[in-house]
Amino acid sequence: MEFEPNIIGFACQWCTYAGADLAGNLRCKYPPSVKLIKVPCSGRVKPEYVLKAFAQGADGVLVGGCHFGDCHYKDGNYKTKNRMDMLKQMLEEFGFDPRRFRREWISGAEGKKFAEVITEFTEEIKELGPNNKLIEEVV
Amino acid sequence: MADKIKLGFLLLGGCAGCEMSVVDLSENLVDALEHVEIVFWAPTVADVKYDDLESMEDNAIDVAFIDGMIRLDEHIHMAKVMRKKAKVLIAYGVCSALGGTAGLGSLHDKKDLFEKAYKNTPTTDNPDDVYPQPECLVDGKYNLTLPVYQDKVRLLNQIVDVDYYIGGCPPHHSHVAAALNAIVTGQLPPKGSWITNGKAVCDVCDRNPVNKEGDNRAMLYRVLRTVDGVPEQDTCLLLQGYICFGPMTQGDCGASCLKVNTPCRGCGGPIPGVEDFGAQAISSIGSILKDESVTNQLREKYPNLSKFFYRYSLPSGILPKKM
Repeated sequence: MEFEPNIIGFACQWCTYAGADLAGNLRCKYPPSVKLIKVPCSGRVKPEYVLKAFAQGADGVLVGGCHFGDCHYKDGNYKTKNRMDMLKQMLEEFGFDPRRFRREWISGAEGKKFAEVITEFTEEIKELGPNNKLIEEVV
Repeated sequence: MADKIKLGFLLLGGCAGCEMSVVDLSENLVDALEHVEIVFWAPTVADVKYDDLESMEDNAIDVAFIDGMIRLDEHIHMAKVMRKKAKVLIAYGVCSALGGTAGLGSLHDKKDLFEKAYKNTPTTDNPDDVYPQPECLVDGKYNLTLPVYQDKVRLLNQIVDVDYYIGGCPPHHSHVAAALNAIVTGQLPPKGSWITNGKAVCDVCDRNPVNKEGDNRAMLYRVLRTVDGVPEQDTCLLLQGYICFGPMTQGDCGASCLKVNTPCRGCGGPIPGVEDFGAQAISSIGSILKDESVTNQLREKYPNLSKFFYRYSLPSGILPKKM
């Protein structure tokens, strides 16, 4: 059986989530690999959430927010950028391929971009193969 | 007079600094000895052997303190023995509670660590690649054994049930005194919690601008390491650009590092409600960096972020080792 990536997407309700809706309305085709979680702002995504997704076996994680200057809360996405850039480096140090983690700015008008990003991300994860779930051994 | 409370101390993979904190109680310890009795303290202070603990009756110790992380099978075994003999078990110090600095070893594999320790250090002369072996037969008849090295660092609560946690590297002696006081007076918090005053380091820090009148918190416009200069006295280190983990660390130490111009590195353990220290550190520090250039500066100055943010807590994180 072909490997179907399991991607967790954290999507800001003001932009990326609306972008995903638009992708549906426009009948854009993209693989059914992403499980979107709606968040009030990409700044709400704690690094812990991303780590947990990976620990529980997600093959890829996407954090989607608004373009700079468009944040509904003014500066949420700037904080997201600071945090997620550091997190990406840390994930690499923990032995993850950095390509498994993406942060993208997708506005509510960019349904097509959303579909493209998911398609591209899914292809990339397919190349990388499955992520190993963290299994705690019992002593 | 009622029976004295029986205490036991056991050192696993640690440096015994936490036990020095008990000794640092000085007169307070002498006073406390009216109410408590130390029945086991190994392998550091008392002349007792592991066998003596194993031969004790179950629940013979009222409160046991275990310091140090778990890296050898000997540690696993002794932690289990101590759990049986103790009514209340305390993970004492940040190593047994969160893994400590030794926990950073989980970012490397055994081969890396052994080669560094037994071969590649400049002062080591090991041309025959001799490494410690768990078993060795000498003269064909003496079978000598060493404890078996485990593939990663574990925390005490991954081996046995832990009743309470005390942070600190080492815990400040005033905090130890407060904990002993809580034990003697029976004012311990609900099981499974940290023994702490519940305040962050910033909360007890004299430099905190919020604690001073007329000062405000501000964004960081640069990042400095402590080798880059001497921080100004009495001004918040974060505001000066020295990354400090005071906002997310328990302040049972009374901000003692900050009193000597040294930024907090998080040995007190995360403040209540934080699950993963490193992730929280990224979150908090990330939100006060002024812009991208400051973030890049931080990543340049600290090339290994995980060892920086998880200085004392890597094995307790959501990702407890290199995958």
